[in-house]
Amino acid sequence: MTQDKPFAPFLGHLAQTGLRVESVAAHGLAPAQVITVQAEDWGRLGQEAKEWGCRWAAGWGEDIDGKVDKAIHIHACFEKGGAYLLARTMVTRTNPILSSHTPSYPAADRPERHTQDMFGVAFTDHPDARRWTRHQAWKSSEYPLRRDFPAAGHPLAATPADHQYKFLAAQGSGVYEIPVGPVHAGIIEPGHFRFQTVGETVLHLEARLGYTHKGIEKIAEGRDAASLARLAGRVSGDSTVAHAWAASMAMEKAAGLTAPPRAVWLRALMCERERVANHLGDIGAIANDVGFAFGFYQFGRLREAWQRASCEVFGHRFMMDCIVPGGVAADLEPRFMETMRDEADALRWQIGKLMAIVYDSPSLTNRLLGTGVLTPEQASALGCMGYVGRASSLDFDVRRDATYPPYDRLKVTVPLHHTGDVNARMRVRHEEIVVSLEVIKALLAGLPDGPVGSEWRVPIADSEGLGIIEGWRGEIISYVRFGAGGRIARFFPRDPSWTTWPALEVLIHDNIVPDFPVCNKSVNGSYSGNDL
Amino acid sequence: MLRILGKIQRIGIISEPLPPLNEPALTEIGEQLKARIGELFGGSLAIREVDAGSCNGCELEIQALNNSWYSIERFGVHFVASPRHADMLLVTGPVSRHMEEAIHRTLAATPEPRLVIAVGACGADGGEFGESYASRGAVANVIPVDAVIRGCPPTPVDLMRGILEAIGRP
Repeated sequence: MTQDKPFAPFLGHLAQTGLRVESVAAHGLAPAQVITVQAEDWGRLGQEAKEWGCRWAAGWGEDIDGKVDKAIHIHACFEKGGAYLLARTMVTRTNPILSSHTPSYPAADRPERHTQDMFGVAFTDHPDARRWTRHQAWKSSEYPLRRDFPAAGHPLAATPADHQYKFLAAQGSGVYEIPVGPVHAGIIEPGHFRFQTVGETVLHLEARLGYTHKGIEKIAEGRDAASLARLAGRVSGDSTVAHAWAASMAMEKAAGLTAPPRAVWLRALMCERERVANHLGDIGAIANDVGFAFGFYQFGRLREAWQRASCEVFGHRFMMDCIVPGGVAADLEPRFMETMRDEADALRWQIGKLMAIVYDSPSLTNRLLGTGVLTPEQASALGCMGYVGRASSLDFDVRRDATYPPYDRLKVTVPLHHTGDVNARMRVRHEEIVVSLEVIKALLAGLPDGPVGSEWRVPIADSEGLGIIEGWRGEIISYVRFGAGGRIARFFPRDPSWTTWPALEVLIHDNIVPDFPVCNKSVNGSYSGNDL
Repeated sequence: MLRILGKIQRIGIISEPLPPLNEPALTEIGEQLKARIGELFGGSLAIREVDAGSCNGCELEIQALNNSWYSIERFGVHFVASPRHADMLLVTGPVSRHMEEAIHRTLAATPEPRLVIAVGACGADGGEFGESYASRGAVANVIPVDAVIRGCPPTPVDLMRGILEAIGRP
């Protein structure tokens, strides 16, 4: 964030086109710039932002039940060059109609459908009016994130299966359909995939998610800060550090609180450890999905050793609940400093040896090269980030481009590949591990002394905060608003999976069905993080 | 190929023995598990894992049972793709209402006699998510459960111990 108001020229341009924009000072949301626009201008704002070259990063709603203000607020978060613009508008509860951003941004498709299901907001020119998060657990006339909807809901004795979803159907001789899930053959999360194929070639794939929807946004309401951090740490189990960090950062900004430097460095240490663990597991799993068992066992071996070390140092194999509002739950004992440094060196050496074998195995690379190609144009249209974006030329990393402590003091190299295939996504992961190991060593070398927590300060009602960090899947955006008594009024965690699930549907085109598992694993979207 | 073989030779078998710091009980549990599976299941216990709405933490630890450290297949435990092949269901998560019917169908597809184990804090009692409009909480709220393995998430050794306890009962 080098410029003070990086969106000033854009706002000037909007004013010229006659779009009424009000710039708002919102303390906890800095450095994001906040604007409000009229509901009738919402769709046009999307078009203008698209033309200005912004990425559509996130969108969510909030039902405000204040004394003066009773309306549904809709937010859209744009990013350009590492700067964020948070746009807001409002619609009335009785007439919740709004134009859509989806015609300009395919990335807005599912988030808007989620908002439609959870708040009852109708996006008039949305190309796909089907429900998304809602299956059969609540009626079409009920909106769980409205204030008058109780967290317990009005459940039926038993929730019936969701069997009436209208999948796109292809017709013609030789076209057949393969339904998969929600219960999958492996030890993975539930979701449904509908393939239209000709022979072995995939004509079309549609994902139907929402099976792990457990009402995270609703049950966040009324929690205190510590309790929200625990919940955020379970938005997606493999990103527990990243989500807990993003939520804590949002809460701290709302409270006007700064975590002490040592705590922030330790958070980054945990976040990098999480990145390394997941990349190790995924490289092994990618190898396994094409029958290269050697890679699976070797990388599984490294991942397990790494997780055990995390457990020894931080007390939990995933470092769950280690990040708390104001700091971290426990300090790093000095005796681990050297072992962690040695561990990083040893892993780097092992990875180098193993990846040389992986890259040197024609039977493996034959299945990975040119498989599941996501072109840079497709990735950009879908707003992809993280390793999926970086394998398709999208050079963005929050740690470097919208930096936050302690990364503002560190050098983060961002690996970039351009072929967009499974091989590129695997290479990005490999190179990211190497970068993370360097970052871990730098973190250990520069770890400041001092306390690892600040005393929590209850923020005044209506304080809001935005936490944006680079999780292992990519940018996580976490929004928090407090109500009275330090209780959460609204929590929205945007996992990167919202952008990579649509990417999977695109990159599978013209691949064969047996390559779906490896394509899927190379993307590795979180079901839980997406379904909320 | 030579490089692979060379690598395998240099690394050797690393599944045993475990460092004493890390769960000395593993092999012991494993051997008991193997003996019990020999007695009750003809040497082979087939498990179908079902995620009923978890955060994915439990899945990662169940997957870890297949890595070379635990290598749970050496004790006769293997994970199968279909409930029709399973002796046991390991069910994780608070059961999301959207997975409710899928859980019933999975149970119905599992031949008797069968064991159902609820895994994790969420499977045990709903955990951090509890019961809500979207979640039915504990697995036992939806299908009959024979045993519970707690933890958030339970570690691979917790899982092995829990499986042993579940089949150790008369």
